[in-house]
Amino acid sequence: MSRTLAIFKREFASYFNSPIAYIYVTVFLGLAGWLFFKGFFLVGEASMRSFFGILPWLFLFFVPAITMRLWAEERKVGTMELLMTLPVTDTEAVMGKFLASFTFLLVSLALSLVLAVVVSALGDPDPGEIFGGYLGAVLIGAAFLAIGLFLSSLTENQIVAFIISVVTIFVLFILGDDFVLMGVPNWIAPVFSFLGLGAHYDSVSRGVIDTRDIIYYLSVVGFFLYLNVKSIESRK
Amino acid sequence: MISVKSLTKTFGRTVAVNNISFEVSKGEVLGFLGPNGAGKTTTMRMLTCYLIPDSGTATVAGCDIVEDSLEVRKHVGYLPENAPLYLDMDVVSYLEFVADVRGIPSSEKAGRIRRMVETCGLESVVGRYVGELSKGFKQRVGLAQTLIHDPEILILDEPTTGLDPSQIIEIRQLIKEIGKERTVILSTHILPEVEATCSRVLIINEGEIAASGTPEELHSVAGGEDSIYVAIKADDEGVPEKLSRISGVTAVKKVGDLDDGYIRFLLKSKDGARVGEEVFRAAVENGWTINELHRETLSLEDIFLKLTTKEKSA
Repeated sequence: MSRTLAIFKREFASYFNSPIAYIYVTVFLGLAGWLFFKGFFLVGEASMRSFFGILPWLFLFFVPAITMRLWAEERKVGTMELLMTLPVTDTEAVMGKFLASFTFLLVSLALSLVLAVVVSALGDPDPGEIFGGYLGAVLIGAAFLAIGLFLSSLTENQIVAFIISVVTIFVLFILGDDFVLMGVPNWIAPVFSFLGLGAHYDSVSRGVIDTRDIIYYLSVVGFFLYLNVKSIESRK
Repeated sequence: MISVKSLTKTFGRTVAVNNISFEVSKGEVLGFLGPNGAGKTTTMRMLTCYLIPDSGTATVAGCDIVEDSLEVRKHVGYLPENAPLYLDMDVVSYLEFVADVRGIPSSEKAGRIRRMVETCGLESVVGRYVGELSKGFKQRVGLAQTLIHDPEILILDEPTTGLDPSQIIEIRQLIKEIGKERTVILSTHILPEVEATCSRVLIINEGEIAASGTPEELHSVAGGEDSIYVAIKADDEGVPEKLSRISGVTAVKKVGDLDDGYIRFLLKSKDGARVGEEVFRAAVENGWTINELHRETLSLEDIFLKLTTKEKSA
Protein backbone atom coordinates (compact mmCIF):
# COMPACT_ATOMS: atom_id res chain seq x y z
CA MET A 1 0.00 0.00 0.00
CA SER A 2 2.76 2.43 0.93
CA ARG A 3 4.46 1.51 -2.34
CA THR A 4 1.30 2.25 -4.32
CA LEU A 5 1.19 5.56 -2.48
CA ALA A 6 4.80 6.37 -3.37
CA ILE A 7 4.12 5.71 -7.07
CA PHE A 8 0.88 7.65 -6.84
CA LYS A 9 2.68 10.64 -5.35
CA ARG A 10 5.39 10.60 -7.99
CA GLU A 11 2.96 10.31 -10.90
CA PHE A 12 0.61 12.94 -9.54
CA ALA A 13 3.44 15.40 -8.88
CA SER A 14 4.85 14.79 -12.35
CA TYR A 15 1.66 16.19 -13.90
CA PHE A 16 2.47 19.47 -12.22
CA ASN A 17 6.22 19.36 -12.86
CA SER A 18 5.60 20.45 -16.40
CA PRO A 19 3.27 23.11 -17.76
CA ILE A 20 1.13 20.37 -19.31
CA ALA A 21 -1.17 20.05 -16.32
CA TYR A 22 -1.92 23.76 -16.24
CA ILE A 23 -2.47 23.97 -19.97
CA TYR A 24 -4.63 20.88 -19.77
CA VAL A 25 -6.84 22.17 -16.97
CA THR A 26 -7.18 25.60 -18.58
CA VAL A 27 -8.11 24.23 -21.98
CA PHE A 28 -10.46 21.67 -20.48
CA LEU A 29 -12.33 24.21 -18.34
CA GLY A 30 -12.29 26.85 -21.05
CA LEU A 31 -13.68 24.52 -23.64
CA ALA A 32 -16.24 22.96 -21.30
CA GLY A 33 -17.37 26.39 -20.10
CA TRP A 34 -17.61 27.86 -23.56
CA LEU A 35 -19.50 24.92 -25.05
CA PHE A 36 -21.83 24.90 -22.07
CA PHE A 37 -22.62 28.60 -21.84
CA LYS A 38 -22.96 28.92 -25.60
CA GLY A 39 -26.18 26.91 -25.39
CA PHE A 40 -27.05 27.80 -21.82
CA PHE A 41 -28.32 31.33 -22.50
CA LEU A 42 -30.11 30.25 -25.63
CA VAL A 43 -32.12 27.63 -23.80
CA GLY A 44 -32.49 29.85 -20.75
CA GLU A 45 -32.85 26.95 -18.38
CA ALA A 46 -30.90 26.63 -15.09
CA SER A 47 -29.73 23.09 -15.72
CA MET A 48 -26.34 21.49 -16.23
CA ARG A 49 -27.69 18.69 -18.38
CA SER A 50 -26.03 19.96 -21.54
CA PHE A 51 -22.70 20.18 -19.69
CA PHE A 52 -22.88 16.51 -18.79
CA GLY A 53 -23.88 15.79 -22.36
CA ILE A 54 -20.69 17.43 -23.64
CA LEU A 55 -18.42 15.94 -20.99
CA PRO A 56 -17.90 12.42 -22.47
CA TRP A 57 -16.89 14.01 -25.78
CA LEU A 58 -14.35 16.18 -24.04
CA PHE A 59 -13.13 13.18 -22.06
CA LEU A 60 -12.72 11.29 -25.31
CA PHE A 61 -9.73 13.52 -26.09
CA PHE A 62 -8.69 14.72 -22.67
CA VAL A 63 -8.49 11.36 -20.89
CA PRO A 64 -6.12 9.79 -23.45
CA ALA A 65 -4.00 12.93 -23.05
CA ILE A 66 -3.76 12.19 -19.32
CA THR A 67 -2.93 8.53 -19.72
CA MET A 68 -0.83 8.37 -22.89
CA ARG A 69 2.40 9.18 -21.07
CA LEU A 70 2.00 6.88 -18.08
CA TRP A 71 3.48 3.66 -19.45
CA ALA A 72 4.67 4.69 -22.90
CA GLU A 73 7.21 7.09 -21.48
CA GLU A 74 8.48 4.56 -18.94
CA ARG A 75 9.07 2.16 -21.78
CA LYS A 76 10.71 4.71 -24.01
CA VAL A 77 13.07 6.20 -21.42
CA GLY A 78 13.77 2.79 -19.91
CA THR A 79 12.62 3.74 -16.41
CA MET A 80 10.25 0.79 -16.57
CA GLU A 81 13.25 -1.41 -15.87
CA LEU A 82 14.09 0.74 -12.89
CA LEU A 83 10.55 0.77 -11.55
CA MET A 84 9.89 -2.93 -11.98
CA THR A 85 13.15 -3.94 -10.32
CA LEU A 86 12.21 -1.97 -7.22
CA PRO A 87 10.32 -4.10 -4.72
CA VAL A 88 6.86 -3.33 -6.15
CA THR A 89 4.36 -5.79 -7.55
CA ASP A 90 2.92 -5.19 -11.00
CA THR A 91 -0.50 -4.56 -9.45
CA GLU A 92 0.87 -1.91 -7.11
CA ALA A 93 2.51 -0.10 -10.00
CA VAL A 94 -0.67 -0.19 -12.10
CA MET A 95 -2.80 0.99 -9.16
CA GLY A 96 -0.42 3.83 -8.31
CA LYS A 97 -0.55 5.12 -11.85
CA PHE A 98 -4.30 4.70 -12.17
CA LEU A 99 -4.99 6.51 -8.91
CA ALA A 100 -2.71 9.37 -9.90
CA SER A 101 -4.49 9.90 -13.21
CA PHE A 102 -7.86 9.47 -11.51
CA THR A 103 -7.02 12.10 -8.90
CA PHE A 104 -5.91 14.45 -11.63
CA LEU A 105 -9.24 13.94 -13.38
CA LEU A 106 -11.06 14.59 -10.10
CA VAL A 107 -9.16 17.84 -9.70
CA SER A 108 -10.22 18.99 -13.19
CA LEU A 109 -13.82 18.01 -12.46
CA ALA A 110 -13.74 19.73 -9.09
CA LEU A 111 -12.66 22.95 -10.78
CA SER A 112 -15.64 22.69 -13.12
CA LEU A 113 -17.89 23.02 -10.05
CA VAL A 114 -17.49 26.73 -10.75
CA LEU A 115 -20.06 26.16 -13.49
CA ALA A 116 -22.48 24.66 -10.98
CA VAL A 117 -22.02 27.71 -8.76
CA VAL A 118 -22.73 30.05 -11.66
CA VAL A 119 -25.81 28.09 -12.68
CA SER A 120 -27.08 28.09 -9.07
CA ALA A 121 -26.58 31.84 -8.88
CA LEU A 122 -28.58 32.39 -12.05
CA GLY A 123 -31.41 30.03 -11.28
CA ASP A 124 -32.52 27.07 -9.30
CA PRO A 125 -31.03 23.85 -10.74
CA ASP A 126 -31.92 20.39 -9.49
CA PRO A 127 -29.13 19.35 -7.07
CA GLY A 128 -29.92 15.67 -7.60
CA GLU A 129 -29.32 16.05 -11.30
CA ILE A 130 -26.00 17.81 -10.73
CA PHE A 131 -24.91 15.15 -8.27
CA GLY A 132 -25.92 12.38 -10.64
CA GLY A 133 -24.14 14.16 -13.47
CA TYR A 134 -20.91 14.36 -11.56
CA LEU A 135 -21.18 10.77 -10.40
CA GLY A 136 -21.67 9.69 -14.00
CA ALA A 137 -18.72 11.82 -15.09
CA VAL A 138 -16.46 10.30 -12.42
CA LEU A 139 -17.52 6.77 -13.39
CA ILE A 140 -17.17 7.18 -17.12
CA GLY A 141 -13.93 9.12 -16.60
CA ALA A 142 -12.51 6.25 -14.53
CA ALA A 143 -13.49 3.77 -17.24
CA PHE A 144 -11.83 5.90 -19.95
CA LEU A 145 -8.73 6.23 -17.79
CA ALA A 146 -8.43 2.48 -17.24
CA ILE A 147 -8.72 1.90 -21.00
CA GLY A 148 -6.20 4.63 -21.82
CA LEU A 149 -3.76 3.42 -19.19
CA PHE A 150 -3.89 -0.13 -20.51
CA LEU A 151 -3.35 0.98 -24.09
CA SER A 152 -0.43 3.16 -23.03
CA SER A 153 1.31 0.02 -21.80
CA LEU A 154 1.22 -1.52 -25.26
CA THR A 155 3.48 0.99 -26.98
CA GLU A 156 6.44 3.18 -26.27
CA ASN A 157 5.12 5.96 -28.46
CA GLN A 158 2.86 8.43 -26.65
CA ILE A 159 1.18 9.63 -29.83
CA VAL A 160 0.31 6.08 -30.81
CA ALA A 161 -1.01 5.52 -27.28
CA PHE A 162 -3.15 8.65 -27.62
CA ILE A 163 -4.61 7.71 -30.98
CA ILE A 164 -5.44 4.09 -30.20
CA SER A 165 -6.98 5.24 -26.92
CA VAL A 166 -9.22 7.79 -28.63
CA VAL A 167 -10.32 5.25 -31.23
CA THR A 168 -10.94 2.46 -28.71
CA ILE A 169 -12.83 4.69 -26.30
CA PHE A 170 -14.87 6.13 -29.14
CA VAL A 171 -15.88 2.67 -30.38
CA LEU A 172 -16.78 1.46 -26.89
CA PHE A 173 -18.63 4.69 -26.18
CA ILE A 174 -20.92 4.63 -29.21
CA LEU A 175 -21.45 0.87 -29.03
CA GLY A 176 -24.72 1.24 -27.15
CA ASP A 177 -25.90 4.24 -29.15
CA ASP A 178 -29.31 3.99 -30.85
CA PHE A 179 -27.70 4.85 -34.14
CA VAL A 180 -25.38 1.83 -33.88
CA LEU A 181 -28.08 -0.46 -32.50
CA MET A 182 -30.27 0.18 -35.54
CA GLY A 183 -27.54 -1.09 -37.81
CA VAL A 184 -26.79 -4.40 -36.08
CA PRO A 185 -28.81 -7.64 -36.03
CA ASN A 186 -31.55 -7.73 -33.44
CA TRP A 187 -30.10 -10.54 -31.38
CA ILE A 188 -26.81 -8.70 -30.78
CA ALA A 189 -28.38 -5.31 -30.04
CA PRO A 190 -28.93 -5.98 -26.30
CA VAL A 191 -25.29 -7.06 -25.92
CA PHE A 192 -24.06 -3.88 -27.58
CA SER A 193 -26.42 -1.78 -25.55
CA PHE A 194 -25.14 -3.41 -22.35
CA LEU A 195 -21.45 -3.11 -23.27
CA GLY A 196 -21.59 0.43 -24.61
CA LEU A 197 -20.00 2.95 -22.27
CA GLY A 198 -22.42 5.65 -23.35
CA ALA A 199 -25.77 3.99 -22.63
CA HIS A 200 -25.03 3.60 -18.93
CA TYR A 201 -23.83 7.17 -18.72
CA ASP A 202 -27.09 8.61 -19.99
CA SER A 203 -29.19 7.16 -17.22
CA VAL A 204 -26.76 8.05 -14.43
CA SER A 205 -26.29 11.61 -15.64
CA ARG A 206 -30.04 12.06 -15.78
CA GLY A 207 -29.94 11.50 -12.03
CA VAL A 208 -31.17 7.91 -12.18
CA ILE A 209 -28.58 6.12 -10.06
CA ASP A 210 -28.84 2.40 -10.62
CA THR A 211 -26.38 0.09 -8.86
CA ARG A 212 -26.15 -1.94 -12.06
CA ASP A 213 -24.66 1.03 -13.89
CA ILE A 214 -22.19 1.62 -11.08
CA ILE A 215 -21.21 -2.04 -11.05
CA TYR A 216 -20.87 -1.92 -14.82
CA TYR A 217 -18.38 0.94 -14.71
CA LEU A 218 -16.42 -0.58 -11.84
CA SER A 219 -16.20 -3.84 -13.81
CA VAL A 220 -14.90 -2.00 -16.87
CA VAL A 221 -12.27 -0.31 -14.71
CA GLY A 222 -11.34 -3.61 -13.06
CA PHE A 223 -11.19 -5.45 -16.36
CA PHE A 224 -8.83 -2.98 -18.03
CA LEU A 225 -6.63 -2.64 -14.95
CA TYR A 226 -6.36 -6.42 -14.95
CA LEU A 227 -5.37 -6.39 -18.63
CA ASN A 228 -2.85 -3.71 -17.72
CA VAL A 229 -1.24 -5.89 -15.04
CA LYS A 230 -1.10 -8.75 -17.54
CA SER A 231 0.51 -6.60 -20.21
CA ILE A 232 3.14 -5.41 -17.73
CA GLU A 233 3.80 -9.01 -16.72
CA SER A 234 4.14 -10.07 -20.34
CA ARG A 235 7.56 -8.36 -20.60
CA LYS A 236 8.93 -11.20 -18.54
CA MET B 1 25.46 -14.73 -2.10
CA ILE B 2 24.30 -15.35 -5.63
CA SER B 3 23.89 -18.81 -7.01
CA VAL B 4 22.81 -19.41 -10.58
CA LYS B 5 21.90 -22.85 -11.90
CA SER B 6 21.43 -23.52 -15.60
CA LEU B 7 19.56 -20.34 -16.34
CA THR B 8 18.08 -20.16 -19.82
CA LYS B 9 16.14 -17.41 -21.55
CA THR B 10 14.94 -17.30 -25.11
CA PHE B 11 13.25 -14.49 -27.02
CA GLY B 12 11.35 -16.01 -29.89
CA ARG B 13 13.94 -18.06 -31.71
CA THR B 14 17.03 -16.41 -30.30
CA VAL B 15 18.57 -17.98 -27.25
CA ALA B 16 19.76 -14.99 -25.25
CA VAL B 17 21.11 -16.92 -22.29
CA ASN B 18 21.86 -20.59 -22.64
CA ASN B 19 22.23 -22.78 -19.57
CA ILE B 20 24.41 -20.46 -17.51
CA SER B 21 25.59 -21.48 -14.04
CA PHE B 22 27.86 -19.61 -11.68
CA GLU B 23 28.29 -18.59 -8.07
CA VAL B 24 29.24 -15.29 -6.56
CA SER B 25 30.41 -15.28 -2.98
CA LYS B 26 30.09 -12.46 -0.50
CA GLY B 27 32.35 -9.51 -1.08
CA GLU B 28 33.34 -10.49 -4.59
CA VAL B 29 33.35 -8.07 -7.50
CA LEU B 30 32.40 -10.12 -10.52
CA GLY B 31 32.80 -8.73 -14.00
CA PHE B 32 30.59 -9.87 -16.86
CA LEU B 33 32.57 -9.49 -20.00
CA GLY B 34 31.30 -10.09 -23.45
CA PRO B 35 30.54 -8.56 -26.82
CA ASN B 36 27.25 -6.74 -27.30
CA GLY B 37 24.32 -9.14 -27.43
CA ALA B 38 26.18 -11.84 -25.52
CA GLY B 39 23.50 -12.13 -22.86
CA LYS B 40 24.99 -10.00 -20.09
CA THR B 41 22.00 -7.71 -19.73
CA THR B 42 19.50 -10.55 -19.99
CA THR B 43 21.28 -12.42 -17.19
CA MET B 44 21.25 -9.31 -15.03
CA ARG B 45 17.59 -8.68 -15.76
CA MET B 46 16.76 -12.18 -14.61
CA LEU B 47 18.76 -11.75 -11.40
CA THR B 48 16.90 -8.51 -10.69
CA CYS B 49 13.49 -10.08 -11.44
CA TYR B 50 12.78 -7.90 -14.45
CA LEU B 51 12.62 -11.04 -16.57
CA ILE B 52 11.66 -14.57 -15.61
CA PRO B 53 13.92 -17.37 -16.83
CA ASP B 54 12.49 -20.01 -19.15
CA SER B 55 14.27 -22.68 -17.18
CA GLY B 56 16.84 -22.97 -14.45
CA THR B 57 16.88 -21.35 -11.06
CA ALA B 58 18.84 -18.73 -9.24
CA THR B 59 18.95 -17.53 -5.68
CA VAL B 60 20.04 -14.08 -4.66
CA ALA B 61 20.78 -13.48 -0.98
CA GLY B 62 19.13 -16.82 -0.28
CA CYS B 63 15.87 -15.97 -2.06
CA ASP B 64 14.59 -17.55 -5.23
CA ILE B 65 14.30 -15.05 -8.08
CA VAL B 66 10.91 -16.37 -9.19
CA GLU B 67 9.22 -17.47 -5.96
CA ASP B 68 10.53 -14.71 -3.75
CA SER B 69 11.04 -11.93 -6.22
CA LEU B 70 10.05 -9.07 -3.91
CA GLU B 71 12.57 -10.24 -1.29
CA VAL B 72 15.29 -10.46 -3.94
CA ARG B 73 14.57 -6.93 -5.08
CA LYS B 74 14.84 -5.67 -1.51
CA HIS B 75 18.39 -7.01 -1.22
CA VAL B 76 19.59 -5.81 -4.58
CA GLY B 77 20.51 -2.41 -5.93
CA TYR B 78 20.29 -2.41 -9.71
CA LEU B 79 21.50 0.16 -12.18
CA PRO B 80 20.22 -0.61 -15.68
CA GLU B 81 22.26 0.25 -18.73
CA ASN B 82 22.42 4.00 -19.53
CA ALA B 83 21.02 4.77 -16.06
CA PRO B 84 17.41 5.51 -17.01
CA LEU B 85 15.92 8.05 -14.58
CA TYR B 86 12.73 10.05 -14.21
CA LEU B 87 13.89 13.16 -15.99
CA ASP B 88 11.11 15.41 -14.74
CA MET B 89 12.08 15.13 -11.07
CA ASP B 90 14.73 16.97 -9.13
CA VAL B 91 17.54 14.93 -7.62
CA VAL B 92 16.25 14.93 -4.05
CA SER B 93 12.63 14.12 -4.84
CA TYR B 94 13.85 11.36 -7.09
CA LEU B 95 15.87 9.82 -4.27
CA GLU B 96 12.90 10.35 -1.95
CA PHE B 97 10.70 8.45 -4.35
CA VAL B 98 13.06 5.48 -4.43
CA ALA B 99 13.37 5.61 -0.64
CA ASP B 100 9.56 5.60 -0.31
CA VAL B 101 9.11 2.67 -2.65
CA ARG B 102 11.88 0.85 -0.80
CA GLY B 103 9.97 1.43 2.42
CA ILE B 104 12.68 3.39 4.21
CA PRO B 105 11.06 4.90 7.33
CA SER B 106 10.59 8.65 7.06
CA SER B 107 12.75 9.26 10.14
CA GLU B 108 15.77 7.79 8.35
CA LYS B 109 15.01 9.15 4.92
CA ALA B 110 16.63 12.57 5.13
CA GLY B 111 19.80 11.10 6.65
CA ARG B 112 20.10 8.45 3.98
CA ILE B 113 19.59 10.90 1.17
CA ARG B 114 22.23 13.20 2.66
CA ARG B 115 24.65 10.29 2.87
CA MET B 116 23.95 9.31 -0.73
CA VAL B 117 24.54 12.87 -1.87
CA GLU B 118 27.91 12.82 -0.10
CA THR B 119 28.96 9.35 -1.22
CA CYS B 120 28.11 9.96 -4.83
CA GLY B 121 29.34 13.56 -4.98
CA LEU B 122 25.99 15.12 -5.82
CA GLU B 123 26.31 18.23 -3.62
CA SER B 124 26.51 20.63 -6.55
CA VAL B 125 23.37 19.35 -8.30
CA VAL B 126 21.00 18.72 -5.38
CA GLY B 127 18.22 21.08 -6.48
CA ARG B 128 18.53 20.46 -10.21
CA TYR B 129 16.20 18.46 -12.41
CA VAL B 130 17.56 15.08 -13.38
CA GLY B 131 16.88 15.84 -17.04
CA GLU B 132 19.28 18.80 -16.95
CA LEU B 133 22.23 16.84 -15.61
CA SER B 134 25.26 15.71 -17.57
CA LYS B 135 25.66 12.03 -18.28
CA GLY B 136 28.26 11.65 -15.53
CA PHE B 137 25.96 13.14 -12.92
CA LYS B 138 23.03 11.07 -14.14
CA GLN B 139 25.17 8.00 -13.63
CA ARG B 140 25.94 9.18 -10.10
CA VAL B 141 22.27 9.75 -9.37
CA GLY B 142 21.66 6.25 -10.70
CA LEU B 143 24.28 4.86 -8.34
CA ALA B 144 22.84 6.84 -5.42
CA GLN B 145 19.47 5.32 -6.21
CA THR B 146 20.89 1.78 -6.17
CA LEU B 147 22.59 2.39 -2.81
CA ILE B 148 19.91 4.18 -0.87
CA HIS B 149 18.67 1.09 0.97
CA ASP B 150 22.23 -0.04 1.70
CA PRO B 151 21.92 -3.26 -0.33
CA GLU B 152 24.21 -6.24 0.14
CA ILE B 153 24.27 -6.83 -3.58
CA LEU B 154 24.84 -4.39 -6.38
CA ILE B 155 24.17 -5.19 -10.02
CA LEU B 156 25.46 -2.60 -12.45
CA ASP B 157 24.90 -2.87 -16.18
CA GLU B 158 27.67 -1.13 -18.08
CA PRO B 159 28.09 1.61 -15.50
CA THR B 160 30.65 3.59 -17.48
CA THR B 161 29.31 3.60 -21.05
CA GLY B 162 28.96 7.00 -22.60
CA LEU B 163 31.12 8.78 -20.04
CA ASP B 164 34.23 10.79 -20.85
CA PRO B 165 37.60 9.42 -19.68
CA SER B 166 37.79 11.45 -16.48
CA GLN B 167 34.20 10.56 -15.55
CA ILE B 168 34.99 6.91 -16.20
CA ILE B 169 37.86 7.06 -13.73
CA GLU B 170 35.65 8.80 -11.16
CA ILE B 171 32.83 6.29 -11.50
CA ARG B 172 35.25 3.37 -11.32
CA GLN B 173 36.74 4.85 -8.18
CA LEU B 174 33.25 5.22 -6.74
CA ILE B 175 32.35 1.62 -7.60
CA LYS B 176 35.55 0.42 -5.96
CA GLU B 177 34.73 2.45 -2.88
CA ILE B 178 31.14 1.27 -2.52
CA GLY B 179 32.05 -2.28 -3.53
CA LYS B 180 34.28 -2.77 -0.50
CA GLU B 181 31.62 -4.29 1.75
CA ARG B 182 29.25 -5.43 -0.96
CA THR B 183 28.87 -8.14 -3.50
CA VAL B 184 28.97 -6.59 -6.94
CA ILE B 185 28.23 -7.82 -10.42
CA LEU B 186 29.08 -5.41 -13.17
CA SER B 187 28.96 -5.91 -16.89
CA THR B 188 31.16 -4.21 -19.39
CA HIS B 189 32.78 -4.63 -22.73
CA ILE B 190 35.63 -2.36 -21.76
CA LEU B 191 38.52 -4.59 -20.83
CA PRO B 192 40.69 -2.32 -18.71
CA GLU B 193 37.62 -1.77 -16.56
CA VAL B 194 37.57 -5.41 -15.59
CA GLU B 195 41.25 -5.38 -14.76
CA ALA B 196 40.76 -2.21 -12.73
CA THR B 197 37.71 -3.20 -10.71
CA CYS B 198 36.94 -6.90 -10.71
CA SER B 199 38.26 -9.72 -8.57
CA ARG B 200 36.80 -12.30 -10.90
CA VAL B 201 35.73 -12.34 -14.52
CA LEU B 202 33.07 -14.25 -16.38
CA ILE B 203 33.41 -14.09 -20.13
CA ILE B 204 30.04 -14.56 -21.77
CA ASN B 205 29.65 -15.16 -25.44
CA GLU B 206 26.51 -16.04 -27.38
CA GLY B 207 24.60 -16.76 -24.20
CA GLU B 208 27.16 -19.12 -22.76
CA ILE B 209 30.03 -18.81 -20.34
CA ALA B 210 33.22 -18.93 -22.39
CA ALA B 211 35.60 -18.67 -19.44
CA SER B 212 35.69 -17.68 -15.82
CA GLY B 213 38.32 -16.97 -13.23
CA THR B 214 40.61 -14.24 -11.98
CA PRO B 215 42.32 -12.24 -14.71
CA GLU B 216 45.51 -14.26 -13.99
CA GLU B 217 43.72 -17.58 -14.25
CA LEU B 218 42.21 -16.60 -17.55
CA HIS B 219 45.67 -15.87 -18.76
CA SER B 220 46.75 -19.47 -18.28
CA VAL B 221 43.43 -20.85 -19.52
CA ALA B 222 43.99 -19.14 -22.82
CA GLY B 223 47.41 -20.83 -23.06
CA GLY B 224 49.06 -17.50 -23.40
CA GLU B 225 52.55 -17.16 -24.74
CA ASP B 226 54.56 -14.01 -24.25
CA SER B 227 55.89 -12.14 -27.22
CA ILE B 228 59.49 -10.89 -27.02
CA TYR B 229 60.54 -8.26 -29.48
CA VAL B 230 64.22 -7.77 -30.05
CA ALA B 231 66.05 -5.59 -32.57
CA ILE B 232 69.58 -6.84 -33.31
CA LYS B 233 72.45 -5.61 -35.48
CA ALA B 234 74.92 -8.38 -36.24
CA ASP B 235 77.55 -9.22 -38.80
CA ASP B 236 76.84 -12.92 -38.95
CA GLU B 237 73.83 -14.43 -40.71
CA GLY B 238 72.96 -17.01 -38.06
CA VAL B 239 71.02 -14.79 -35.70
CA PRO B 240 67.59 -16.49 -36.11
CA GLU B 241 69.08 -19.97 -35.60
CA LYS B 242 70.94 -18.88 -32.51
CA LEU B 243 67.82 -17.27 -31.11
CA SER B 244 65.72 -20.35 -31.71
CA ARG B 245 68.28 -22.47 -29.91
CA ILE B 246 67.50 -20.63 -26.67
CA SER B 247 65.54 -23.07 -24.51
CA GLY B 248 61.86 -22.26 -24.15
CA VAL B 249 61.58 -20.37 -27.41
CA THR B 250 58.85 -21.88 -29.55
CA ALA B 251 59.05 -19.60 -32.58
CA VAL B 252 61.29 -16.96 -34.08
CA LYS B 253 60.08 -14.62 -36.76
CA LYS B 254 61.72 -11.74 -38.54
CA VAL B 255 59.25 -8.90 -38.37
CA GLY B 256 61.06 -6.05 -40.04
CA ASP B 257 64.23 -4.23 -41.10
CA LEU B 258 64.95 -1.08 -39.16
CA ASP B 259 67.30 1.79 -39.96
CA ASP B 260 71.03 1.41 -39.36
CA GLY B 261 71.00 -2.31 -40.10
CA TYR B 262 68.95 -3.43 -37.14
CA ILE B 263 66.58 -6.32 -37.71
CA ARG B 264 63.58 -6.87 -35.48
CA PHE B 265 62.67 -10.39 -34.42
CA LEU B 266 59.61 -11.70 -32.64
CA LEU B 267 60.14 -14.60 -30.25
CA LYS B 268 57.33 -16.62 -28.71
CA SER B 269 57.71 -18.29 -25.34
CA LYS B 270 55.73 -19.28 -22.31
CA ASP B 271 58.49 -18.04 -20.08
CA GLY B 272 59.12 -14.60 -21.42
CA ALA B 273 61.09 -13.19 -18.50
CA ARG B 274 63.84 -15.81 -18.63
CA VAL B 275 64.00 -15.82 -22.42
CA GLY B 276 64.60 -12.09 -22.37
CA GLU B 277 67.66 -12.60 -20.20
CA GLU B 278 68.93 -15.40 -22.44
CA VAL B 279 68.58 -13.20 -25.51
CA PHE B 280 70.69 -10.57 -23.83
CA ARG B 281 73.33 -13.13 -22.85
CA ALA B 282 73.40 -14.50 -26.41
CA ALA B 283 73.90 -11.01 -27.73
CA VAL B 284 76.85 -10.43 -25.43
CA GLU B 285 78.45 -13.77 -26.36
CA ASN B 286 78.07 -13.19 -30.09
CA GLY B 287 78.93 -9.52 -30.07
CA TRP B 288 75.50 -8.37 -31.36
CA THR B 289 74.20 -4.93 -30.59
CA ILE B 290 70.69 -4.59 -29.28
CA ASN B 291 68.66 -1.40 -29.35
CA GLU B 292 65.29 -2.83 -28.42
CA LEU B 293 64.23 -5.66 -26.14
CA HIS B 294 60.76 -5.84 -24.71
CA ARG B 295 58.16 -8.34 -23.71
CA GLU B 296 54.39 -8.28 -24.14
CA THR B 297 52.25 -10.61 -22.07
CA LEU B 298 48.91 -11.69 -23.42
CA SER B 299 46.45 -9.01 -22.33
CA LEU B 300 42.92 -9.67 -21.24
CA GLU B 301 41.99 -8.20 -24.58
CA ASP B 302 43.78 -10.97 -26.46
CA ILE B 303 42.22 -13.59 -24.23
CA PHE B 304 38.82 -12.08 -24.77
CA LEU B 305 39.18 -12.01 -28.53
CA LYS B 306 40.62 -15.49 -28.55
CA LEU B 307 37.74 -16.89 -26.51
CA THR B 308 34.93 -15.04 -28.20
CA THR B 309 36.06 -15.65 -31.76
CA LYS B 310 37.16 -19.24 -31.26
CA GLU B 311 33.61 -20.50 -30.94
CA LYS B 312 32.42 -18.77 -34.05
CA SER B 313 35.12 -20.29 -36.22
CA ALA B 314 34.64 -23.75 -34.72
